[in-house]
Amino acid sequence: MKKTKGITLTRRAFAYPYVLFLMLFVVVPLVLILLNAFLVDGALSFDNFVEFFSDTTGLQVLENSLIIGFATTLLCLLIGYPTAYFLAKYHASSKIYVLLFILPTWVNFLIRTLSTKAIFLALGIELGMGTVVFGMVYNYLPYMILPLHTAIAGIDKNLIEASHDLGANGLQTFVKTIVPLSWSGILSGITMVFIPSVSTFAISELLSNRQIFLFGDSIQTKFSQNMYGVGSVMSLVMLLLVVLFNLLVNRAGGNDDDVSRSML
Amino acid sequence: MMKKEKVQRAFAESYLAIVLALLYLPILVIIVFSFTNSANFSFSNGFTLEAYASIFTSEKTPALLDALKNTFVLAIVSAVISTVLGTFATIGIFYLKPRLKKITLAVNQLPLVNSEIVMAVSLMVFFATFAFPQGWVRLIIAHVSFCTPYVVLSILPRLKQMNSNLYEAALDLGCKPFEALVKVIIPYISSGIVNGFVMAFTISMDDFIITQINKGQTGIETLSTFIYEDARLKSLEPFWFAVFSIIFIVVMTALLVVNVRKSKREEA
Repeated sequence: MKKTKGITLTRRAFAYPYVLFLMLFVVVPLVLILLNAFLVDGALSFDNFVEFFSDTTGLQVLENSLIIGFATTLLCLLIGYPTAYFLAKYHASSKIYVLLFILPTWVNFLIRTLSTKAIFLALGIELGMGTVVFGMVYNYLPYMILPLHTAIAGIDKNLIEASHDLGANGLQTFVKTIVPLSWSGILSGITMVFIPSVSTFAISELLSNRQIFLFGDSIQTKFSQNMYGVGSVMSLVMLLLVVLFNLLVNRAGGNDDDVSRSML
Repeated sequence: MMKKEKVQRAFAESYLAIVLALLYLPILVIIVFSFTNSANFSFSNGFTLEAYASIFTSEKTPALLDALKNTFVLAIVSAVISTVLGTFATIGIFYLKPRLKKITLAVNQLPLVNSEIVMAVSLMVFFATFAFPQGWVRLIIAHVSFCTPYVVLSILPRLKQMNSNLYEAALDLGCKPFEALVKVIIPYISSGIVNGFVMAFTISMDDFIITQINKGQTGIETLSTFIYEDARLKSLEPFWFAVFSIIFIVVMTALLVVNVRKSKREEA
């Protein structure tokens, strides 16, 4: 008995190097962001917050990013839900067909974005808000389809039949049974699209010929200009969004899709 | 009734086909026009392999090969470190006290759910504050930090499936704890380890944001940062059409082959 106790201790000890690693390279950097946001010349101050929240162009960038992020997420959901639903309904047994919808994400997003840009230019389509949203949807759609598909494919078929037996027609079954049961997938998909599309770096720059500047680009710019204070405040705003969305997803119960790409 | 179902099915299939076509259209267009050696999508040059030939002669080629080499070196080193670190970590985490286990797994999720740009700048500030040497050290630490969580999450489910008596049995049969770990636990979770390694490797190769922000002034370019620096300001040259086509074909074929084999194995 004594021996077993000693062994559990040794096994547990294998976690310590990684715990240390996480503390050092994940937690401490985020704490530094927090410190940089609240410290001005070594003293506690809200100057960075005042500077960010009184800067109308900075807020405009945030607003634009939220609008683009919202539009991208909505479009991905509208296009992705039927896709995931039809895949689950008609291609449940064909993993490869589902895979085809996810495959493009494995080619670097810069390569795909530059290709899309070249095509827009060749077609004479003016680069702007529209092309940025198109590029984002094109990029993030698979991240919406995957969690939705996992959720919908996991619905017990008997529940759908029961709904029909109880007199619901196709639409009623869809609205009252399928959508609520895939709720965790919907939230998961929204998070996986919204967070990166608000904070994306480079897509908007490439697809708008540097006219549209989004939150991710402006965080990067602040840090490259050594304005750590304001940059940190902006990172905190982003972190707040991340935390909010993940709380929502966790409350809905499904958070297994974070490793979405591992399912391939 | 039958007819209605048929119409619905036809609608669903065409919807899926359209979405699929949209997802692949830019890729296919680039591949087609990589054979015409024209940057503005014209067929005026007819069918030609000149764009591909330019890969051997372009003044960009040495830099491209260098970037390719860096991408591979970074991906292999990061994947190996992440896999070793992650494998032991997962076994350890699995036996941590519930509270500590929960906290560790939550922190392990952070790099996955966090906005990439925030991860990137927080590491940059960290490296600058503590004066880490620029270049490879920073890049490898950064890559290991976002790769290891994937390794942990691909091994954890395997460990959950394992019968804990197996380990106890090994001890009863005279194994030392470390021996039991190497001879019993690790073989049992080996598929998770391999999966984790492949994930870490591909995710490291695919990364752009974190590399771009942490590469500093040392001149280390990976494939993605090199493409970004070269192609963002100009329009895409035929050279890139050819390079992109090769990347598309290699990545798609590799993934299809791996996955078809995997699903065949699962069926068998």
